[in-house]
Amino acid sequence: MTTAYAPMPADADELPDVPRRLNARVEPSDRSFRFALRGGGLTVLSIMTLIGVFLSYRALQALKVAKWSFLTTSKWEPDSHHFGIAAIITGTVLIALVAIVVAVPLAAATALFISEYAPRRLKRTFVSLVDLMAAVPSVVYALWGFFFLQPVLLVHGEQGNGLPRFLATYFGWFPLFHVTGADPRDPLQTATVYTSSTFVAGLVVSLMVAPIVCSIMREVFSQAPVGEREAALALGATRWGMIRSVVLPYGRGGMIGGTMLGLGRALGETIGVYLIISPVFSIQPHILQNGTNSVSALIALRYGEASPFATSALMAAGLVLFLMTLVVNFGASSIVARSRSGAAS
Amino acid sequence: MTSSTDISVDITESMPVVTADARDGSPGREPGDGSTTLETRRSLATIRPSDIAALGGSAISAVALTTLLFFRLLPLSGVLGFVVVAYLLFLAVYTLILSVDETWPTVRDRLASVVVHSLACVMLAALVFVITYTFWRGRTALTHLNFFSQDMARTGPLDPLSKGGITHAMVGTLYEVSIALAITVPLGITCAVFLNEIPGRFTRFVRTICEAMTALPSIVAGLFIYATVILSLGVEKSGFAAGLAISVEMLPIIIRASDVVLRLVPGTLREAALGVGASQWRTVWNVVLPTTRSGLTTAVILGTARGIGETSPVLLTAGFSSRFNADPTSGPMNSLPLATFFFVKSPEPSMIARGFGAATVLMALVLLLFITARLIGGRAPGDLSKRQQRRRVTGSARDYVRVSEARLRREDAELDPDLIPGLRPPEPPTQAFDVVDPDSKPRKKS
Repeated sequence: MTTAYAPMPADADELPDVPRRLNARVEPSDRSFRFALRGGGLTVLSIMTLIGVFLSYRALQALKVAKWSFLTTSKWEPDSHHFGIAAIITGTVLIALVAIVVAVPLAAATALFISEYAPRRLKRTFVSLVDLMAAVPSVVYALWGFFFLQPVLLVHGEQGNGLPRFLATYFGWFPLFHVTGADPRDPLQTATVYTSSTFVAGLVVSLMVAPIVCSIMREVFSQAPVGEREAALALGATRWGMIRSVVLPYGRGGMIGGTMLGLGRALGETIGVYLIISPVFSIQPHILQNGTNSVSALIALRYGEASPFATSALMAAGLVLFLMTLVVNFGASSIVARSRSGAAS
Repeated sequence: MTSSTDISVDITESMPVVTADARDGSPGREPGDGSTTLETRRSLATIRPSDIAALGGSAISAVALTTLLFFRLLPLSGVLGFVVVAYLLFLAVYTLILSVDETWPTVRDRLASVVVHSLACVMLAALVFVITYTFWRGRTALTHLNFFSQDMARTGPLDPLSKGGITHAMVGTLYEVSIALAITVPLGITCAVFLNEIPGRFTRFVRTICEAMTALPSIVAGLFIYATVILSLGVEKSGFAAGLAISVEMLPIIIRASDVVLRLVPGTLREAALGVGASQWRTVWNVVLPTTRSGLTTAVILGTARGIGETSPVLLTAGFSSRFNADPTSGPMNSLPLATFFFVKSPEPSMIARGFGAATVLMALVLLLFITARLIGGRAPGDLSKRQQRRRVTGSARDYVRVSEARLRREDAELDPDLIPGLRPPEPPTQAFDVVDPDSKPRKKS
């Protein structure tokens, strides 16, 4: 067999080394298949772009009238051309921040528990449980928040005893926890001053986003290399030492990315917020006080009786919300992709 | 014991004294005295009795201390406050107990373990509680059978639970999700296959846009359909419009999940199919899609679970109706999340009970979808269940029989080649080797 290959002629090395041309003849069936696939991709692309373009186009109508005051006005009276998102964006961001501050420690601990501490037999069950929680409709969480969390756990009794009142009474000097009009010594004080607040809405949203954040973090933690784990343990690290020196540094990108994805979800949450809050149209930085607002709740509240121009104003608010979640999501995915755990998660 | 001492004496005679002293300390380890060897197995458990005692002791002392604080010393009250204070005291006491006889790294390890366990418990318990609470409050409405067989058309807000039901909402959810699935499943899976099969700059662009669209808040998806389909095109608020809104919401989710699943198909499978001469279309249809069938099903089911539960797009596009409507193209159509939402906005207890009933039905539906998804999917491609493995084995046994039968038939035909002309074996090459071999030719000449 070796003789089948001819030895190179003496002048062969003077010939240029041309790469072989690869001509794959595409069958007609394949050509139509690729055409169909491209068609599918193009359809999806056009739908997606249409949403963005249409939203921007309709929003422009309102933005042309409002100009920069759209960002600084806190009232929402589009028909008298006096409207802006200063108040509702503040509310949206505050609710999302409360949600993230509560959800991230819970989610991180649960993710660590599932990936590091839980017995091997129960791991799959816990993973399924968290995934199921991510699929629970938001209206179910909203019901729980509205009928249990707020009246039973947080603000109960005539005077609204509970965590918000405690915080307002003893930590009211901190601007975020201040509640205007609340007097702990007033026996006639009603509970309503503590209800429907940013804090309560944020807690409800936190339960909605925690499973999503948790499942991303767990995915990243479980990918931490076994060799490095064992190396840390062999050097005498305790389990927590191993987690701190191997698992957490490895999963840092995933943790940040997961948190930001959760933030994106929290910003756009509608029903949970809509049921809890009582809308106000002024900048409300006191998270324990009755009354706040959010973009999605505003749209759900006002779309029905809106004139064409008011609809355009709502579109502008929706567009701002969309841009915010877009920035947060892209930030999250670029952080995750650049981290050591990679974009596979 | 006598034999052991005898042997040790024997050994001491022939060995240095130091070793003998050491041996005396552990006579049980002597070789040869199997009767008295007490080989205790080393315990590999990571928990010692003292750990449990420390945990339990700190817990008891924390509760006692908190009771003292709450009911004797400080003007505090409330269940939540009690739990929080008790927990903080527990951590403090536990640290104190551990630091008596452990090193600082060990104390930190134990503390971290306790904190992680308790936070995880809080979250899992809260999540389970949300579901059980819904089912518990929903049970009053679900015990009335008319809840499943009537609509709300002739039921006022003050009517008892024995009147009215949510048939209209269940039918509406069914229609809307069917419309959404009819749009998203073919389109979403085609797009996911496109993202994986045709690489290039355009594909990367489409993937980026799809990822961006997963950020679309559901209310904005609803607002988009409301503004285009309802306000601009003049379609009335209907089940069809709601189905479209749900599709916009579900499409990126399904594309993304299917894309991830398709990316996991081993390259060797694809190469094997292409290597035996299959076209790209055949490779996708006969190899890639069957391999990922379970994963794709899971992606679709989980997307459906999300789509069913979304309230806000439906709120803007479906309109509100309490009447049974089986025509998705005209007239407002209710659905389960929307019905829940409108029921609980009423202050009447019976309406709130109906809201929890509708939420329970919705929750049960999501649970059913989720369990189905877990049973079908949740496995990597190529990772087969026992049943699938058995099916593969019987399949390949069948193939073996088929192939060997075919070979027998061919051998029969070889005996009489003219019987089946197509199966005639090729003529064995006679002199081709000499011609092909360029090396040997000149040698022959020389």
